[in-house]
Amino acid sequence: MRTEKGSIFRVVTHSILGLVAVAMILPLVLVVAVSFSDENTVIRNGYQFIPSEFSLKGYQVVFQNPTMLLNAYGVTICITLIGTVISLMFTAMIAYVMSRKDYRYRRATTFYVVFTMLFNGGLVPFYILIVKYLHLKDTMWVLFIPYLLNPFYVLIMKGFLDRLPTEIIESAKMDGAGEYRTFFRIVLPLSTPALATVGLFISFVYWNDWWLGLLFVNQENLVSLQLMLYRTMNSIEFYAANAQYLSGNVDISQFPSITTRMALAVLGAGPMMFVFPFFQKYFVKGLTMGSLKE
Amino acid sequence: MRAQVSAERGTTRWGHFQKNRQLFILSLPALLFKLVFNYLPLIGLIIAFKKFRYDLGIFGSAWNGFDNFRFFFVSDNAWRITRNTVLYNVGFIVITLICALALAVLLNEVSSRAVKVYQTALFLPYFLSWVVVGYIALSFLEQDRGLLHQLWTFFGLEPVNWYQESNRWPYILNAVNLWKTVGFSTLIYYAGIIGISPSYYEAAKIDGANRLQMIRKITLPLLTPLIIVLLIISIGGMFRADFGLFYFIPNNSSFLYSSTDVIDTYVFRALRSVGDVGMSAAVGLYQSVVGFVLVVASNWIIKKINSDNALW
Repeated sequence: MRTEKGSIFRVVTHSILGLVAVAMILPLVLVVAVSFSDENTVIRNGYQFIPSEFSLKGYQVVFQNPTMLLNAYGVTICITLIGTVISLMFTAMIAYVMSRKDYRYRRATTFYVVFTMLFNGGLVPFYILIVKYLHLKDTMWVLFIPYLLNPFYVLIMKGFLDRLPTEIIESAKMDGAGEYRTFFRIVLPLSTPALATVGLFISFVYWNDWWLGLLFVNQENLVSLQLMLYRTMNSIEFYAANAQYLSGNVDISQFPSITTRMALAVLGAGPMMFVFPFFQKYFVKGLTMGSLKE
Repeated sequence: MRAQVSAERGTTRWGHFQKNRQLFILSLPALLFKLVFNYLPLIGLIIAFKKFRYDLGIFGSAWNGFDNFRFFFVSDNAWRITRNTVLYNVGFIVITLICALALAVLLNEVSSRAVKVYQTALFLPYFLSWVVVGYIALSFLEQDRGLLHQLWTFFGLEPVNWYQESNRWPYILNAVNLWKTVGFSTLIYYAGIIGISPSYYEAAKIDGANRLQMIRKITLPLLTPLIIVLLIISIGGMFRADFGLFYFIPNNSSFLYSSTDVIDTYVFRALRSVGDVGMSAAVGLYQSVVGFVLVVASNWIIKKINSDNALW
């Protein structure tokens, strides 16, 4: 009787979670399916989960002139690597200091960081600071510097470091290690789950960013992947809507705008989607917000 | 005597610093970064009270008192974007909280291998950029071809031109936001649940409690501090909106401004398209001040109810 009740409970649990999981993934499947579909059948039948006619034309169009795409990949990979490494260092260093109960300026430091979460100058002073006073507009710097320290990630990191036993740090000190040595040689290696989790979050912020580009980039060679996606979405719509204005040498009826668009979306999101499952095992261990509270 | 004391105090203060110097230096890069990118811009807030001109800079521009604010608050925009921002955020907070808690509790009931599968699926949308989600939304909402159009006609309903009918957008944006962000909140609550000591559950089992009773009497009460911390943080953000959601999903369609325009998109447009720096700074200041008051107030209220749960 009891086990039967338990198994009913289990069936219900799994079916709810299963349905939610499917709902999460289906929209992605749709985009991938459309990107591999034939343009004309999409126009005729609408978007479908199973392509009624398979075609690689969307991808062909993208790869016919790959300079723009490759350049965007280059920019994005570059800022993601540089930004993530520096940002993770900054985050770990200040989070460690905040987690040390014997650090005299711990409360002041925590307040200094958390206050920026609660109150900020808003877009306009930030924009003017970057453009007029730091002169970072249309530079590589502007694409990663503004995101170097996110207080939220500092708190996640601190939550993890709070739970490292203090004995480890004390014994390192007894052995004559200075603070730097203790941090880099002992604390950092012990923090791999948190570093992996926070590092992945940070890298996604960089990979997915269009905001800094939208605000500060006009130069073509600094267009990142997401900004390129955004611009293409608009220009494809522009061509589709204004086909009659195009000169004769562009045959708009042959231009697979829908499937090209979806192919670009897949190419923009794809690489990170492959990276992300490998970091799964660290997530729950690294994401302990329970001790966020001071 | 007095000089001696103060001299001593001086050395101890310096001595304290000496003792903490290495740790301080570790935090220095982050401190300097926050100084430049978060504290310096606060000075720039005086732009809200100025008739800003790029060539004259922040300090050279002429004062104009509260004109920027007056200009904003007499327009209908003030009410519209404030209402939209607050209502959407309340919706997001409530819906995400309920769904994420429910999912986290359910995840706790299945085996750890199954958790991994569900977790991957739940988390996937969180890692997509808003631009890509914009493309996905398009595949649902596009006229004639979109999935919703197909569904609508399948049930014999009148087709809807989604990008032009503003009254449907509160539902759409709530759904999109839930889809993208629920995985993150679920994981945070799930991490909180597995942090609960198993001994509570064992004791309850001995007393003959069933699963639902355990969830109600153990899991939820012990999660309350975490829920409240996250709630305070999101209430603080109630005057801020996720720009990407409100910019890319409605495709910046001006037909939809009445129900999709929020403070952040408005400030962006005022700054970039209209070029009214002074007024956008004023709106930004309004946003920051009200947001700050909301955090302080909610923390104060929670402190009154149960001081253990307060953020500070």
